[in-house]
Amino acid sequence: MLSVQHVSGGYTDESVIKNISFEVQTGEMFGILGPNGSGKTTLLKMISGILPISEGDIFIKGKRLLEYNTKQLAQIIAVLSQHSSQSFSYTVKETVSLGRYAHQTGWFQTWGENDERIVQRVMKQTGVAAFQNKSIQELSGGEKQRVFLAQALAQEPEILLLDEPTNHLDLSYQKELLDLLKNWTTETGLTVLSIFHDLNLAGLYCDRLLLLENGTININHIPNEVLREERIRDVYHTEIQKHPHPKVAAPQMVLLPKVKQDRKVNHIDESMLCVTKEFIELNSVSPLRTMSSGVIGSGTGWHHTFVNRHVDKDYNCSDHRKEMADFLKVNGFEPSETVGMMTAVILEDVSYKHIKGDGFSVFVVVTAGVGNAIDASKSEQHTFETVPGTINTWIFVNGELTEEAFIQCIMTATEAKAKALHDLNVIDGVTGTIATGTSTDSILIAATQTGEPLEYAGTITPLGKLIGKAVYECTTEGIQKSQKRKKV
Amino acid sequence: MQRLSIRKLLNNKAAAYVIAGSFLILSILLGISIGAVSVPIFTIIQIIISKLFGFSFDQIDPMFSSIVLNIRLPRVILAGLVGASLAIAGAAFQGLLRNPLADPYTLGVSSGASVGAVVTLFFNLSIPIIGSFTLPLLSILFSWVTIFLVLTFARKIERSMRVETIILTGIIFSSFLGAIISLMIALTGDELRQIIGWLLGSVSMRGWEYIKIILPFFVLGSVILMFNTKELNAMSFGEERARHLGVNVQKRKLMILTAGSILTGAAVAVSGTIGFVGLVIPHLSRLLWGPDHRHLLPLSIITGSGFLILADLISRTIISPTELPIGVITALIGAPVFALILLQRKRMERSG
Repeated sequence: MLSVQHVSGGYTDESVIKNISFEVQTGEMFGILGPNGSGKTTLLKMISGILPISEGDIFIKGKRLLEYNTKQLAQIIAVLSQHSSQSFSYTVKETVSLGRYAHQTGWFQTWGENDERIVQRVMKQTGVAAFQNKSIQELSGGEKQRVFLAQALAQEPEILLLDEPTNHLDLSYQKELLDLLKNWTTETGLTVLSIFHDLNLAGLYCDRLLLLENGTININHIPNEVLREERIRDVYHTEIQKHPHPKVAAPQMVLLPKVKQDRKVNHIDESMLCVTKEFIELNSVSPLRTMSSGVIGSGTGWHHTFVNRHVDKDYNCSDHRKEMADFLKVNGFEPSETVGMMTAVILEDVSYKHIKGDGFSVFVVVTAGVGNAIDASKSEQHTFETVPGTINTWIFVNGELTEEAFIQCIMTATEAKAKALHDLNVIDGVTGTIATGTSTDSILIAATQTGEPLEYAGTITPLGKLIGKAVYECTTEGIQKSQKRKKV
Repeated sequence: MQRLSIRKLLNNKAAAYVIAGSFLILSILLGISIGAVSVPIFTIIQIIISKLFGFSFDQIDPMFSSIVLNIRLPRVILAGLVGASLAIAGAAFQGLLRNPLADPYTLGVSSGASVGAVVTLFFNLSIPIIGSFTLPLLSILFSWVTIFLVLTFARKIERSMRVETIILTGIIFSSFLGAIISLMIALTGDELRQIIGWLLGSVSMRGWEYIKIILPFFVLGSVILMFNTKELNAMSFGEERARHLGVNVQKRKLMILTAGSILTGAAVAVSGTIGFVGLVIPHLSRLLWGPDHRHLLPLSIITGSGFLILADLISRTIISPTELPIGVITALIGAPVFALILLQRKRMERSG
């Protein structure tokens, strides 16, 4: 559809765009990215014929760009630019109708039924039909943007060039506009070339991305390849981190603010632990990066309060999440900043350990009860019945963990726990074999993300060794305490 | 509810033409009727009909006939043509430059045309073959050169060509060209009163001769502009967008500026510099009937001619028997309107 061949050019003698080649297929949604001044707009203006091409050629539908006259070009390409001036108060409909200009020929360019139908259709599609008799000067920025989009669509283009189309649009219209464009590309074969500032939107909607850097192509590839942490960091000169989209297979980038968050010396150890009959509480000065399976605050996140609450053995509640949140609120905790767990274990039997490593340390807190110990390898023999009697493990790391280190922490801790149960000969009551845990165990890994970077936490890494040791010892101690209490 | 119905009525294009047309006819009749000797309107109609269709009415006073046909009618027609030319030129300049403050006067085009006219008049130039058309042709040429100089200069100052920049450039050029005119006048040593009268603009004692001079240029300029109304609509949204919409901007711009220069040059050649007509009339028409150039241009022609006929009527009757230059009247009305538009724009910019 569109083919750019070794193109250079720009405003003045010095070329902003240097020797760029790429091709865009029919029906493709093609994003152009790049930092300010990288030549995105210049490139778009050259494709739309506004700026001259000093070297190379642009082909549209196999024909050279220069061979089209202005009107013919406008029948194929429509442009929605960033800024639009409107000095006079044309109505919305008059503005949209101008989009039909290129299709009207002859001396007396008459307004036909077809023109009217198209104008009404695009106004409906962009949601501006409701105020078609209003003056565009009375509209908000987002409404204006949609009016000009309608104007561009009224041209019935085969290629649509957009310069930051989501500018001025609020969140819902950004999504709606891009959904609309995406649908058109698949349904009507419209080809869309769009400049994006928002890398995440580009990654979400585009089939292919072109990353410009100082007027040359850095890469022209699928979003997942283009939106790589190191690449974006180098091109945009900014701290950024890649993150998967929670629902769609599309890469997302998050900015890392440079402002030093007021991270007070944050060291987690036993002095911060507070045990009452009702709950064990640990309050961190600043939020910790967490990965947990708690009742509240599960998954990954940032939290600064950690609560392990004692509940009665017969605790039974249909909506335990809500009940727990209410409990936290009553006790002055903010549920959104808290990781909360439950246990039937008597909290006095808590065992904890602070072990120092080289430049980092680990603080482990365990409450253990083995009332319903289970051998995971034979768990199918169990009927579903939850009895509180749980091993809750908290692991605080004074160091900076990677994502994989978090997961390895969980693996290492779980293995250490299973080993402790094995060594204490805890038996699964149903199968008569040695248990590996209980049916309702919970785990929390929380890291300060300051200090020593810790890339891995496998069993024989420095961090893994500490965790293994601490979890094993605490679990053993916790189980012994609870068994002793039972005997008494 | 009432406002809405009024708007609807005004929006109706047919109604717009009826209102504007009635205004023009009323102005013409008043312009011919009122003066040192008052001519009854019915008599005017009789005289014009008899002249046009060759009927003869016995009871027409030959004195009335002479006043109407030789003095008042040509004056009214000339005023109408000048008003129409300036108004449509102003409307076109405003659309092209996306600038509601642009008109031949504020852009300095009128001054350019004046220089051309003064050069012709005071050096008594007459190009062979075209003879009496030397005056308008030189005026047109000078307007054309001036508008391109003004725009080139404004673009040099600021690529985006803001409203204020263009107007400021126009003022600079007006002052400079005005000084040249003054210099020429001082050097020729002619009688000052007459020259200043001409500079302030007047349509008096010009006769049918001048109508013949302006008419062909008026028709030519207006026809060119009427074929560019859609393009003007598109260019109101910026030249780049007009191009995206399929307008051949370079060619159309040249056509529109040339037509504007033809209209301004011809008007100035026959009547001197009459300011603000091209500013007030398009603004008013746009306010009443919307900015669509397909209707804005013809409506500006009609109301512009009616307006200048009335302004001329006031200028010659208000302190009669002395005649005020017509430019005084238009400036008295136009300058406050100019200020008002500027104020309104600034308020709009602030609010949004």
